[in-house]
Amino acid sequence: MKAEITHHLTDALLMAYSAGTLPEAFNLTVAAHISMCDHCRARLGAFDTVGGTMIEDCGAAEMSDGSLEDTLQRITGIMPGREKRHVTSPDREILPRPIRDYVGGDLDSVRWKPVGMGVKQAILPTSRDAMARLLFIPAGSAVPDHGHRGTELTLVLQGAFADEVDRFASGDIEIADEELDHTPVADVGQDCICLAATDAPLRFKSMIPRVAQPFLRI
Amino acid sequence: MINMFDETTAIVPSVLSPAVLWRDKAVANTFQRTDRPTVDTNKRSENAEWIECIIRVRDSQDKAAFATLFQHFAPRVKAFLMRSGADETLAEECAQDVMATLWQKAHLFDPSRASVATWVFTIARNRKIDALRKQKRPEPEDLPWGPENEPDQAEVLALQQECDQLGEAIATLPEKQRKLIEKAYFGDLSHTEIAEETGLPLGTIKSRIRLALDRLRHAMK
Repeated sequence: MKAEITHHLTDALLMAYSAGTLPEAFNLTVAAHISMCDHCRARLGAFDTVGGTMIEDCGAAEMSDGSLEDTLQRITGIMPGREKRHVTSPDREILPRPIRDYVGGDLDSVRWKPVGMGVKQAILPTSRDAMARLLFIPAGSAVPDHGHRGTELTLVLQGAFADEVDRFASGDIEIADEELDHTPVADVGQDCICLAATDAPLRFKSMIPRVAQPFLRI
Repeated sequence: MINMFDETTAIVPSVLSPAVLWRDKAVANTFQRTDRPTVDTNKRSENAEWIECIIRVRDSQDKAAFATLFQHFAPRVKAFLMRSGADETLAEECAQDVMATLWQKAHLFDPSRASVATWVFTIARNRKIDALRKQKRPEPEDLPWGPENEPDQAEVLALQQECDQLGEAIATLPEKQRKLIEKAYFGDLSHTEIAEETGLPLGTIKSRIRLALDRLRHAMK
């Protein structure tokens, strides 16, 4: 857990994550932020509690005959687990566990593809209704100026970047919508690594990224 | 109204009270010791009963305890899934899956962070995403929750009171607002359609869960 996260998830995103209605790429980004942020983990707990009241109050549908016996049959011989769960040691691992599950390891397992000007990306295998990618922005470099058709969530995993809105450091999440055009620039001190999720293609301002866009899938 | 009991319980947990483990056989008695006029006592002792059942499943694979949980929660999970768009056959099948998961994951339930109904909801929701949307559900990294750092009874009780109060607050919301929240949880609203101001009084329960998280983080060090 990082100590000084200042940019958090919105209530709408937390409620949608709790309800289970976000695209997988957004779920991944929310889960990764919560892995780093106990403030939002507690807020999610509150929204899950709302879900708990839905279970209690949405009525009861009669189970079919023998359903209890069938289920008892299934669990016979299964011991409820005893093992202590794996916990990340923050000194050694950079990617939060939900992202590592998609990468198949930590940062050294990411298969980067260059997208120009030193910026690299790795698209993660999520469902097609939205896209999640890891971005590598060399210290001091910029991601081309772009706008958004839908929503873009950008979670900082290492280093920091600044754009027209604010500065975003490790654990911070920027939520950009159609009204924002921005040029994120990585801090000079360290290469910046982010997870970015979009539910529609980005709109680039300049010609070159726009031409390259279909090939790079950005 | 939400805050009425808060000053008495907020400070008590990990600081002053002796570490009474929630697996302690005295659990049921502890629950009856504190009388809060604003809380529905039946409902509260109900959750205490579910917690007791999960402990019995966890510690001694008690099938009678499992049956008690099944009889209460399986029909509710089934109704929840049908409201979310599953047909009856799928909802039945998934409700059984959810209850089997309850058995297998009994050791992961932390009563200082969630009521049993809340925990059942999260399992049902994940099954729903898997069955209806055919998607994986990325979950946040686990916290180091385990028998060696089980919460004390005051924490569990305090959380239950917050849950009950929230349930009452939702029940008394204006009809239109309540319907919107239901629509969000039954999957009828996208995240851009969900209002940023939900009007739900979530502040105190959030603080309560945060206390439990801080205790776990402290135990990690």
